[in-house]
Amino acid sequence: MKSRHKKLALIGGAIALVGIIAALVLNALNSNIALYISPTDVAQGKAPQEKLFRIGGLVKEGSIQRQADGVTIRFIITDSESDISVDYVGILPDLFMEGKGAVAQGRLLPDGTFKAQEVLAKHDENYMPPEAAQALNDAHVRGVQRQAEEEAAKAAQPKASY
Amino acid sequence: MIPELGHFALIFSAIVALLLGTLPLIGAHQGRPAWIALARPATDVFALLVTFSFLCLTWAFVANDFSVVYVAQHSNTLLPIEYRISAVWGGHEGSLLLWMLMMSWWALAVRLFSKQLPDVMLARVLGTLGLVCFGFLLFILFTSNPFARLLPGVAEGRDLNPLLQDPGLIIHPPLLYMGYVGFSVAYAFAIAALLSGKLDAAWARWSRPWTTAAWVFLTLGIAMGSWWAYYELGWGGWWFWDPVENASFMPWLIGTALMHSLAATEKRGSFKNWTVLLAISAFSLSLLGTFLVRSGVLTSVHAFATDPTRGIFILIFLVAVVGTSLALFAWRAPSVGLGGKFGLVSRESLLLTNNVLLVVSCATVLLGTLYPLLIDALGLGKISVGPPYFDAVFVPVMVPVLFLMGIAPFARWKEASLPEIQRAVRWALAAAAVVAIALPLIYGEWKTLTALGILLAAWILFTAGLNFFQRVSATRGERSLLASVFSQPASFTGMHLAHIGVAIFVVGVAMVSTYEEEKDVKMAPGETVEVSGYSFTFNGVQAVQGPNYQAAQGEFDLSMDGRFIRKLNPEKRNYFSSSMPMTEAAIDAGLWRDVYVSLGEPINPDQPEGEWAVRVYYKPFVDWIWGGCVIMSLGGLIAMFDRRYRNRRKAGGKQA
Repeated sequence: MKSRHKKLALIGGAIALVGIIAALVLNALNSNIALYISPTDVAQGKAPQEKLFRIGGLVKEGSIQRQADGVTIRFIITDSESDISVDYVGILPDLFMEGKGAVAQGRLLPDGTFKAQEVLAKHDENYMPPEAAQALNDAHVRGVQRQAEEEAAKAAQPKASY
Repeated sequence: MIPELGHFALIFSAIVALLLGTLPLIGAHQGRPAWIALARPATDVFALLVTFSFLCLTWAFVANDFSVVYVAQHSNTLLPIEYRISAVWGGHEGSLLLWMLMMSWWALAVRLFSKQLPDVMLARVLGTLGLVCFGFLLFILFTSNPFARLLPGVAEGRDLNPLLQDPGLIIHPPLLYMGYVGFSVAYAFAIAALLSGKLDAAWARWSRPWTTAAWVFLTLGIAMGSWWAYYELGWGGWWFWDPVENASFMPWLIGTALMHSLAATEKRGSFKNWTVLLAISAFSLSLLGTFLVRSGVLTSVHAFATDPTRGIFILIFLVAVVGTSLALFAWRAPSVGLGGKFGLVSRESLLLTNNVLLVVSCATVLLGTLYPLLIDALGLGKISVGPPYFDAVFVPVMVPVLFLMGIAPFARWKEASLPEIQRAVRWALAAAAVVAIALPLIYGEWKTLTALGILLAAWILFTAGLNFFQRVSATRGERSLLASVFSQPASFTGMHLAHIGVAIFVVGVAMVSTYEEEKDVKMAPGETVEVSGYSFTFNGVQAVQGPNYQAAQGEFDLSMDGRFIRKLNPEKRNYFSSSMPMTEAAIDAGLWRDVYVSLGEPINPDQPEGEWAVRVYYKPFVDWIWGGCVIMSLGGLIAMFDRRYRNRRKAGGKQA
């Protein structure tokens, strides 16, 4: 009898523990996940308004502007299709450069600027964050498709006029 | 010529590893003494060949042989000699060769220091290690050959990533790899025990010092990496929950669990199956870590330029190792039997709780690390799981672990009495509570979480001290106190020292996460900024010349209450061979606080002598984080040298 009680207590404890941990995990996952959203999707209004998310792409050439306070920086992240203006207060990682890939995490302000809390560093000049590469690649594929469609349309037009 | 010799040596070592991984194992199974006896010399030859191969690659770096692709990619004639040598493991191929070198040395160490081990057991352990080595060598030879030639050679190499040109990198990877690879020994012991079907106290006693050794290296390696990130990356953080950090942290958590469950297995014969499973898991997680780092599937600061075939190879290897180990386990486990019975409150039950919590915490880290991969693979979009997730889950799981750490040493094996434990520790708890309330108030600001951290740290410290001195006075007899202190078993002293290390670590984390201060400011020469009572006066920036870089060096006067303390010289470096700038922070380190300055960028890039964006930090107790890790490792090191592990007669098979 006594050993059965012991077993029950152990099993009960284990279930309670698993429950608590599962609750912790689910709660934490729910509130701390940041989605990657490409600049084009942000421009099309597909970004969440209240939640943190990440954007990736290239830092547009000539777009880095330092504000008067010296530590606020404004730049544009682009996937070559859409541009998103980003504000960041603080010191940028060493490898943050115009024309290079970057990932930023933050929120979208009502005026459409992205307020970055964190700009991700990469530690090798030849390395491109996969999310930035993905955004560029998707935009490129869309661009190629569009071009193909336009060419198809162009090719179709003369035929129609004949 | 010499790189070819290295390459041949590596190919030969693969053949020797295959021999080592097959003949002794078959010999042990069929009882052929000649084949069993092969294990020792094969291990010697193997270690010799791998070492020779590694030296060949090192020579190629020292001699600037840029006709070797790997050297051309990671070195440069201007690179100082110490970095040319550490550049050997500055990239993927070379770090794998380093991994292999470590592994061959571990095997050699097992062969040299296991004289009391029966030949059959040793043959199985070395054979298992041989098989694992063979798998890795195939990986190196087929996907990541460091000796591949670049013909015609180039006159100048591309240089080592500037971030890696630092004393920290010279030691961080070797320490970490020693830890990672060291778990392969615990794994090999577990597999050997499964193969023999004898999972007994002797097996646990043999495994213990090796597991502890691997754990010591891993602890130091992780701490070293954390410290390096702190001073080199210029962000002032010490842990980022980066996937690659997690990859090293998961084996550490499981390794910690393994050390504790091995104690129960050795002393009481309990948890045998569980211990074996942990040994398999620890090594599997080391492999998983390698996969995560090498395959480039995750966004990480450690990502190397990647090659998908490498990822697939490691994944197959991982599946093969885990699959065969678990199959073997499933086959043998039912016959292992349970150990001695134990009560609901006993040393065993407390160790079991500690184990469950450590494994659960590891599982939550694993989930957070792999979740983005999973979501991506399911086509549900790309996400990232940030540090808040890990903080929110990991910290609550660790709180009971830290609490139990204070109690477990007081609990007897088999059956402990709760009132007795309560009586023993109540004053320690009271004293810890006083410290926990007083310290944050003295420090200025009440923070409940900090108080909790301090409470747990003080609790561990007091209970460890109490337990230690209770035992010292109980065993003292006629001797002096000091003689009694030094005559305690090494594993007992080591355990308490390691636990005190944890307490010191917790103090560091609790204090720095609450009371640190950070300021990003624009500073013109002559301006002063204040952080936590410290004044930083910017004297301007001047150009300095390094061996392979040019730097803008800032000069700051650090003072407090008008009293000058020292000059701080952070740098912004531009390496000739690459376009990446590098921040070198300047840190005034101290026992109670670090102050930290790093240069951002010049406000106007055309006027580097003018205003700069500057980041200053005040970090109380931050060095306690790494100090705690060093003390933990020291504890492990002492515990390894317990006489029990060396005693020939006792090691034979006396059941506890």
